[in-house]
Amino acid sequence: MTPAATEVGPKDPVQILTPDGQRLPHEIYDAYLGDVDEDMLRGFYRDMALTRRFDQEATALQRQGQLCLWVPLRGQEAAQIGSGRATRPSDYIFPTYREHGVALTRNVSFSEMLRLFRGISGGGWDPRENNFHMYTMVLAAQLPHAAGYGMALSMEQRGWDEEKLAAEGNAVVAYFGDGSSTEGETHESMVFANSFNAPVVYFCQNNQWAISVPFEVQSKVPLVERAAGYGMPGIRVDGNDVLAVLAVTRWALEHARSGKGPVFIEADTYRLGAHTTADDPTKYRMTEEEAAWAPLDPLIRLETYLRENNIVDDAFFEQLAKDADQMAATVREDAMAFPVPPLAKSFEQVYAEAHPLIQEELAWHLQYEAGFADSGENA
Amino acid sequence: MSTMTLAKAITSGLDKVLESNDKALLMGEDIGKLGGVYRVTDGLQDKYGAHRVIDSPLGEAGIVGSAVGMALRGFCPLVEIQFDGFVFPAYSQITTQLAKMHARSEGRLTVPVVIRIPYGGGIGSIEHHSESPEALFAHTAGLRIITPSNANDAYWMIQQAAACQDPVIYFEPKRRYWLKGEVDTETPALDAFKAQVVRSGDDATIVAYGPLVPVALAAAEAAREEGRSIEVIDLRSLSPIDFDTITESVQKTGRLIVTHEAPTFGGLGGEIAARISERAFLSLEAPVLRVGGFHMPYPISKVESQYLPDIDKLLEALDRSFAY
Repeated sequence: MTPAATEVGPKDPVQILTPDGQRLPHEIYDAYLGDVDEDMLRGFYRDMALTRRFDQEATALQRQGQLCLWVPLRGQEAAQIGSGRATRPSDYIFPTYREHGVALTRNVSFSEMLRLFRGISGGGWDPRENNFHMYTMVLAAQLPHAAGYGMALSMEQRGWDEEKLAAEGNAVVAYFGDGSSTEGETHESMVFANSFNAPVVYFCQNNQWAISVPFEVQSKVPLVERAAGYGMPGIRVDGNDVLAVLAVTRWALEHARSGKGPVFIEADTYRLGAHTTADDPTKYRMTEEEAAWAPLDPLIRLETYLRENNIVDDAFFEQLAKDADQMAATVREDAMAFPVPPLAKSFEQVYAEAHPLIQEELAWHLQYEAGFADSGENA
Repeated sequence: MSTMTLAKAITSGLDKVLESNDKALLMGEDIGKLGGVYRVTDGLQDKYGAHRVIDSPLGEAGIVGSAVGMALRGFCPLVEIQFDGFVFPAYSQITTQLAKMHARSEGRLTVPVVIRIPYGGGIGSIEHHSESPEALFAHTAGLRIITPSNANDAYWMIQQAAACQDPVIYFEPKRRYWLKGEVDTETPALDAFKAQVVRSGDDATIVAYGPLVPVALAAAEAAREEGRSIEVIDLRSLSPIDFDTITESVQKTGRLIVTHEAPTFGGLGGEIAARISERAFLSLEAPVLRVGGFHMPYPISKVESQYLPDIDKLLEALDRSFAY
């Protein structure tokens, strides 16, 4: 049975795995974890470890001058893997620009993800293949898209009964952060989605820092408390607990899918590294705070649980490390081998239909560039 | 063939769109039960239901942003912004999201959203209700911008906008909403992205669009009494601009006046003047002249008649052109 909105405690974060790896019972959410067996648990750890290794490789590539920019996610792996693994392939995901872990759960290739950051594509992957939208750099601009996409799903699913909705209904997961929670478009999106009962799950990763500005500047109350103002259930979850995130996101998707409208999830987590590779956290935050969050690392927590329950052994971690290094090497190789498309290609992609100015400027550009080729040959 | 006002021609065009494309829908503030503040969508919610003619919450970024999301799911939303001066909360969605989605996705995604905006002054209104912000959008690649000046074009161009796979801003000349005209509902109008010579002449060309086309025609008629033969071009599409039609005209007449209500500085008249001086320099007998708004916020309505281009200002510009 689906718990009513009021039964979902907004203030205390839902926790299933404690930081020291103890499994807690939960009267509502245990029902959403019934299928989680040892294979799935090992899978979650593997997802998180691969994501972290990818993040590390991409950071290194940027440091070596091979990427324009990188947006590290270290520390947020559980929030991303837990929520991503709760979705169905037919659900549509609107990420921010940091959802590399969610991308993994949607089978978006890590290599493809670097095309944007390598400066050879404005998007990088085909959003239609995995129902995982392109990254959006303008904070919160993807949230009204999510509301509209959800409204479109509602129109498609008009007249479906509960059974059909539960079995085949689609939903949207819209990611954002504590920083973008203050944007006007976040507000407008939530109003639209709630007014039209759109199946949208708003998944906020509160990583405590919007570049250099701490959470206290964005909100005087936990963000989850805003949910009631829009008329939707709000759930606060320990974002470093992959099982809790999986369970609450499954609950939220079930709620949204069933035609009851949107859900707001606030996942408490911590950006262990910098905002981007252009950032320097030593200028604005205390090492004491970082030290306090370090033991809450989501990978440590799951590793402790897995080891204490004999679900994994040393060989598992050794093999995983090898696989991760292999993946990183492939990603690096792929990234370096991406061909740079000619600027002429960009002309073709501005409009879907023929456009005289584009044709005129493209013709001029090609002629101009061809002039250099001639002089080169004659020299 | 039937006679209707420009506003009703848009209503009929929207009706056709909703009837022929079940993925098309309308959304905006007060467009449902009320039929829009200008009644352009009057009766359509009754006919097609509240799920296809949607009264949205108040929020322009939400309207355009959610339309983008709907388009990503395969719908064809036509949204209404209530007034020109209220489009700016949606400016980021239009310029950073809608205009760029196709390019960012390397051509994979299309977002066929139509944004209807009543624009222009001359209606005796208060601030933010009389503006002409078209140049701000024309500067953004990825958008198409059209504006009808008569009922027949209004009827067809809204349907052409809806059929276009690119995002289209459809600027509606609000002071001409009540202008009656013949609409040929059988024969489609000219391509929405082409200009049209609406009066032939030999001595000078006036390029106008939207609300100023009737003004340009009236000025041409007045000039005829002075013995001057003036060609008038209704631009119709502001992005792309049909420079071929203007060039051909200027090669014939040798003189060009461009007029719009929007401020002259940074307006489309400047772009047209530059292009025509590149394309038809040797045909020009005089510099291309512009008749537009002043560099000020749209003025208080009691003095707007002194701000707006009118017949006399166009005749004065013609005099200046012929003085060369």
